[in-house]
Amino acid sequence: MGYPHPSHPRETPILSKYFGDPEARTLSGWRARGGYEALEKALNTDPQELQTVVKDSGLRGRGGAGFPTGMKWSFMKPDGKTHYLCCNADESEPGTFKDREIMRWTPHGLVEGVALAAHTIYAQTAYIYIRGEFTEPYARVCAAVEEAYAAGILGPNAMGSGKHVDVHVHRGAGAYICGEETALMNSLEGRRGNPRIKPPFPAVAGLFGKPTTINNVETLATVPYIIKNGAEWYKQFGRPDNPKSIGTKLFSVCGNISRPGNYEVALGFPFKDFLYDLCGGPLEGREIKAVIPGGSSVPILTREEAEGAVMDYEGMVAAGTMLGSGGVIVFDDRQDMVRQIARLTRFYAHESCAQCTQCREGTAWITRIMERIRDGQGTAEDLDTLVAISDGMSGKTICVLSDSCATPVMSGLKKFRHEFEAKIAANKSVVTVPGAFRASAA
Amino acid sequence: MSHGPSASGGALVAAPPHGTHHDEPHMPVFVGDTRVELDRILSRYPTKQAALLPALWMLQDARGWVSEGGIEEVAAALDITPAYVKGVVSFYTMYHQHPVGRHFIQVCTTTPCNVCGAEDVVKSLLEHTGCGDLGLTSSDGRFTVIEVECLGACGFATPIMINNDFVESVTPESVPRILSELK
Repeated sequence: MGYPHPSHPRETPILSKYFGDPEARTLSGWRARGGYEALEKALNTDPQELQTVVKDSGLRGRGGAGFPTGMKWSFMKPDGKTHYLCCNADESEPGTFKDREIMRWTPHGLVEGVALAAHTIYAQTAYIYIRGEFTEPYARVCAAVEEAYAAGILGPNAMGSGKHVDVHVHRGAGAYICGEETALMNSLEGRRGNPRIKPPFPAVAGLFGKPTTINNVETLATVPYIIKNGAEWYKQFGRPDNPKSIGTKLFSVCGNISRPGNYEVALGFPFKDFLYDLCGGPLEGREIKAVIPGGSSVPILTREEAEGAVMDYEGMVAAGTMLGSGGVIVFDDRQDMVRQIARLTRFYAHESCAQCTQCREGTAWITRIMERIRDGQGTAEDLDTLVAISDGMSGKTICVLSDSCATPVMSGLKKFRHEFEAKIAANKSVVTVPGAFRASAA
Repeated sequence: MSHGPSASGGALVAAPPHGTHHDEPHMPVFVGDTRVELDRILSRYPTKQAALLPALWMLQDARGWVSEGGIEEVAAALDITPAYVKGVVSFYTMYHQHPVGRHFIQVCTTTPCNVCGAEDVVKSLLEHTGCGDLGLTSSDGRFTVIEVECLGACGFATPIMINNDFVESVTPESVPRILSELK
């Protein structure tokens, strides 16, 4: 359902079917809804076979990068080494709040997916890393884990299968960067959440130096349905002409929109219908001006571009942006884009882990310039400087936080340059005197 | 802006949400049930250090904030140095490095909330709590208000977090009622 709104007939609720249903939160309620059947089946199936089913289903990681899940799992071999599974529940991307609802309403669905995935990658131990601010989701998932242990679903003889599966919940403490997979591992190990240089990739040397798989909440919560119903069943969701984007996806919608919330649709859904039909369009008397379709770190679209886009991985790339985490931020015609982009860069400056110079200095520098333009103190040279700094930040750091800060600035300058220029033109405080700087310096 | 006591001195120093903010003298944190809980947590990880974030949460729950003395206790419990612990504490925003008001209020003002008017919610909170400015504690020790980056509840703008509880869809007008319901 489009939680907190009633379900829309054009949604395809699989993960979101029980949002708003308190009974689904309990073990008995979850079992009554078919929960843990997939795990029981999986624990008695060879992991290689499970990896093949997930690979065949076409499921791609729902955290943002869209890497094929089955392929990621296939890196984990039965080599007798200690393996770990990490569930990335550090949902902190502005505009994205889907994992929160999965954990709040169907915590057992996540625990089931985590236990199933752990078995599939030959891991005995899985950790669910939940961001510190998510107090209610944390409590729900902890309660589900306890119930699952008490019922023998987890532990040394999980569901009587003879397999050992431990699931532990770990609470973060307020750092956006810990959603980056290597930063998450550092944080889990009791370190500052600084991302690590890759290679080595986590599948080779991850958590505690052991081979590790990291998956998003939404990805893991989807897997039990695929194991239970089969790869062919899952393939029915999506565009027939695009076999690369299969299945359903939860989209979070926020900002200036009539019905903000979470909506689950089959990939390939027309973005225009999504915005106007499911989400109710802009607030009364307003017009949509811009949309960030995949969480704050993907390029901004104008209304026209958004209305022509298709909601899947390839459709979003064709529109000049990315599907990302599926967090849709809507701006209406009242919004000052310079102001809002400046606010976004402030977010990235605050959340930079400060490890890489380009990011530490670049995010702060960009923010100062953006805020200067916002406050009517900008100059024409500032726009060139923004471009130069962004160029110096993109693709030059250990992780992509730096790129994520540069992206809204670059796409904002491209799509809404006139707003930047209007603010600069209105700046009466700067009187350019040739040679003035040199004269005063002397 | 740091969220410590006012620069004007002790008058604005507040009681924390739980326990006492006085660092010394105090009972050790990791004794009795808390020690049992820490041991249970330690059994989940192959290294002691991995329990650092959970141990810091236990410390903050007991004392209301993470003090120098508390850092030493955590370090001793996990066989790491206090300097290392401090380096980790300062990385994360949710550990209080100063005492805070009994009701610690975090307001999300990141872009999705900002487009829905979060800045006016901040103004209303500052006005009705008597905090004066972000990061300061009200003279009665009840409130500290800070801005926070993305609380992850963007569809319920503006969300605020009061200690461990989320309040969603807060407007400037609903602030007085929300505050009046707090003890």
